[in-house]
Amino acid sequence: MSYRKSTSGWRWTRALVAGAMGITLATTVLSATAGAASTPGVTSSSVNIGATVPLTGPAAPGYSEIAPAMGALFSWVNAHGGVNGRKINYTYLDDGYNPANTATQTRKLVLQDNIFADVGSLGTPTQAAVQGFLNSQKVPQLFIESGCNCWSNSKFPGSSGWQPPYTVEGKILGAYIKSSFAGKKVGYLFQADEFGQDFVKGLDQELPAASVVSRQNYDVATLAGPLSNQMAALKAAGAQVVAMATIPAATALAMLPAAVIGYSPQYVVSNVGADAPTVGPLLSAFAQKGGATAAQVAAVGGLLNGVITDAYFSPESNVSNPWVQVEKKLLAKYAPSLYAKSGLDGNTQYGIALAYTFVQALQAAGKNLTRAGLLAAIAKSGKSFVTPGFVPLSYSSSVHYGFQGAEVIKLSSTAPPAVTPSGSWIGGTAVSPVEVTNVGSGPVKKYTGKISAPPKSLSKSA
Amino acid sequence: MSLFFNYTLNGISNGMIYSALALALVLIFRATKIINFAQGAAGMMTTFIASSLLAHGVSYWWAFVLVLAIGFAFGAMTERILIRPLQGKSELNPVIVTIGLLVVLEGVAGAIYGNASRGFPAAYSQSGLTFGHSRIAFSHFDVFILVAVLVLMIAILILFRATTLGLRMRASAFAGEISRLLGVRVGILLTLGWGLAGIAGSLTGLLVAPTSSFGPYYMDLVLVYAFTGAVIGGLESPVGALIGGLVTGLCISYVGGYLGSGLEPMGALVLLMVALMARPEGLFSRPAARRV
Amino acid sequence: MLRHLLFATFGAGIMYLVTSNISLFDNYQVGQIASFVVVLAGLSLLTGVNGQISLGHGAFMAVGAYTTALLMTHTQWNFILELLSAVGAAGVAGLLIGIPATRLKGPYLAGMTLLFALALPPIADKWPNTFGGDQGLTMTTPNAPGTLSPQEWLAWIQIGGALIVLVLLANLLHSRYGRTLRAVRDDEIAASLAGINVARTKVLAFVISAGCAGLAGAFLGLSTGVVNTGAFPLTLSIQLLAAMVLGGTGSLIGMVWGGILLVYLPQWSTSLSGHFNLGSGVSAYLATIIFGAVLIVAMIAAPNGIQGGLRWAWRRLPGSGSGVGGSGSSAAPGAPTPVLTDE
Repeated sequence: MSYRKSTSGWRWTRALVAGAMGITLATTVLSATAGAASTPGVTSSSVNIGATVPLTGPAAPGYSEIAPAMGALFSWVNAHGGVNGRKINYTYLDDGYNPANTATQTRKLVLQDNIFADVGSLGTPTQAAVQGFLNSQKVPQLFIESGCNCWSNSKFPGSSGWQPPYTVEGKILGAYIKSSFAGKKVGYLFQADEFGQDFVKGLDQELPAASVVSRQNYDVATLAGPLSNQMAALKAAGAQVVAMATIPAATALAMLPAAVIGYSPQYVVSNVGADAPTVGPLLSAFAQKGGATAAQVAAVGGLLNGVITDAYFSPESNVSNPWVQVEKKLLAKYAPSLYAKSGLDGNTQYGIALAYTFVQALQAAGKNLTRAGLLAAIAKSGKSFVTPGFVPLSYSSSVHYGFQGAEVIKLSSTAPPAVTPSGSWIGGTAVSPVEVTNVGSGPVKKYTGKISAPPKSLSKSA
Repeated sequence: MSLFFNYTLNGISNGMIYSALALALVLIFRATKIINFAQGAAGMMTTFIASSLLAHGVSYWWAFVLVLAIGFAFGAMTERILIRPLQGKSELNPVIVTIGLLVVLEGVAGAIYGNASRGFPAAYSQSGLTFGHSRIAFSHFDVFILVAVLVLMIAILILFRATTLGLRMRASAFAGEISRLLGVRVGILLTLGWGLAGIAGSLTGLLVAPTSSFGPYYMDLVLVYAFTGAVIGGLESPVGALIGGLVTGLCISYVGGYLGSGLEPMGALVLLMVALMARPEGLFSRPAARRV
Repeated sequence: MLRHLLFATFGAGIMYLVTSNISLFDNYQVGQIASFVVVLAGLSLLTGVNGQISLGHGAFMAVGAYTTALLMTHTQWNFILELLSAVGAAGVAGLLIGIPATRLKGPYLAGMTLLFALALPPIADKWPNTFGGDQGLTMTTPNAPGTLSPQEWLAWIQIGGALIVLVLLANLLHSRYGRTLRAVRDDEIAASLAGINVARTKVLAFVISAGCAGLAGAFLGLSTGVVNTGAFPLTLSIQLLAAMVLGGTGSLIGMVWGGILLVYLPQWSTSLSGHFNLGSGVSAYLATIIFGAVLIVAMIAAPNGIQGGLRWAWRRLPGSGSGVGGSGSSAAPGAPTPVLTDE
């Protein structure tokens, strides 16, 4: 090529050529061969889907289990012939919870790997960063693993959440505080981001403003040690109930310094932050010193004993629940290494249930699979999908949230414990009926419908 | 008032931890004029080793001693294998090597131990001390932190000030060429400096883990604040590291308590800028002769 | 001056050939490389040419990205003007950090800039109504002309920006000011005796370097389409410094290597680790380990970075200067002191 004919003194040319060559070399990538079919990622025998999740980095603990658990359910589906004859190929890439990485990895999935849909990607800042791109490419962004109030937006018709929005959780727990701890002083401890702010929005809707005596928060990027100052301030303000929108690590880092100063308020913790198998190991540090004794380890249960939280499907400690039994068998058979490491916990349950939701969406979309057809199928029949959830999914053409209800549970040392490979952790019992509400100003009311049992196909073959 | 008291106590216990790691940074900087960004990660790694030892039934104090020794060996090996080959090269190269080591160590910890945060036992009870009938935000374990860091600090000072070995270490750090000509084996002394820093790093890891979400990344922010403390103290002075770490801990605690936790690093930055405006080479630096 | 322009035009031509022959995803990544070249070139000028270290360039990128995003949200300004505002705002931030920096030596400056990188993003999170919180602020690239795909168009904008920055910086280094920068790095006292205003020179270097970072931040924001603080963690600033040193401290064209490493090294490590049959968690961490190991090995094996290594190899080639395209050397024996590869 002519541009190589540079005079020896012309350093710039050589340098630029070198740079360009470097890039060309680096980018020699085979362009993916999209099938002749009009829908990317779909052939008569397969459908490719993808996700971005944190597998490494500070946000990975716990969350890195969800995608492999989804993979277990897809393996089960594929072992039984797939959906409408199509096997599900699920690719999940690590974004380390950095939105810039999410942007790159999502483009890789869409532009290079030609995925049909993005399913079960995790995080609010990360998914907000690709919401525009995925919608502009008409790639469905399904069942985002985040309770942000931002996924149901007519500007982004291809996006939808799955778990209850944080505001819904806040409202249900706020209503419980109002009725069960009437007249008590309430303090907040929340993560200073969308998660915390949306949760507080829900609490504020239910609780009288005068009862809230202190609002403490923490920044997750600078969460280094115990939240001693926040707890000291809550104690000083006289808060008798502390409502927390915290990640599991922060729950532990709040309860520990509170115990140091002998402060033991009634904790009310969001679903995310109250997962006993995740919080328990962190709190166990408090009980152990030098050599741990059985009595001290039991004291860990003491810290979590009596904590109020919410659940939107039956927790793993409820071993007699048919969903829990099915999930356990499925995980043990189709993701044995994950099962050996994490067992069935809140995260792996979440992954299995979410993946099963997607499988039903594929079924509802029918043999002639298109992206628009999939979205239409979810809007039309999403409400009747079978899930372990206490309330049905609330999908419609205008509502893109999943569950909008939960029951309030109390962690209790008398309840059956949650047994995982990391140990045996405190379980919970329901203290309220299942309640439903919505993100807006709708009231919190009792859910009277029925709760689905796992379908025969699942319980039989898993 | 009682809030201020609590914030102060929290600041002191965090500050002592920053001091310990700042001391490690200072020891290495004195010996080789390098900032070791992997110092926190090395402490993380040795604490994981301690965790494994405890899980295999080794008693806490045996594990404690063993891990300090491993920290020494790891620090010395790092100097020999990774830092020595870079002698005489650009001063940026060792910085990048220690960053690379930080990344490798966090990766290795994640691959071996998984990324889930776990608990780590404290040496003493974490219940607050009681005075009269109120419990203060300072536990038996916090007292242990205070004592352990002070003991380490005093041991290092005695080594430097009162032994010929320490004298040689100071000499070789201050004027390597001259010391070499005088027959001091400078190389081994630099390695020794890194080894001592390894002890301080391991100690920090053990002290932080019980009150933190112990996992591959739990030392990252500790390193940043320890670095702040070391810079404020002057990078060359162990006493400066102690004071710098303590001041940083207090500053962060007050800013976090009164202004909000998101402003903590900004508070530390303002503190650092003010300190460096007053003394550009830290509060405890030797007055350097002006080079003309 | 003319020569640099000519060569830049030439480079643009080559990039045209490249961008129109690769996939859309590769276009996206080439654009990212170009964006990183912008920030790395500024960092190379600051650290390599002027001798001031910065571990806080990720924060300057954040300043630039948020500036452009805020303007896009609230005004109807011209796109070019919005980008230039990113340069300006980051330059002002550079001024604020650069003034105290004049009195600080290497590790002290490293400490201050490292804290700056940590301290800035939480400020944006504190005012979610202004800065968009987790959901961030949307950034849109103007519509592509003709039948060009948006990815190609964005890559062009980013590559064009990178070439302009490289030409401007190359001319700057070639000028009297370039010699001033080097003189200050080599010996501040001698420089001041020679009548150079040392403090002003150092501050100006910081401003220029931060301005480049601001532009790069806006470019990367355009790539993502959304700006939120999660994209500017402490690790970004550290990776930038590592990439700059690996590319070849003080070189401008070596920053192309730095950019390639930033974009491709994580992917190469991931695909390499994927060849081992490991669980997803372990495999992801193996990628991290490979990334770190490359940093260590490269620094020990090629202490002057890739560009330095290539220059070294070039000198040893018989009859160097003819037809060994692609080696990237820019200092043939007997050539005058290179402009782009300050030695």
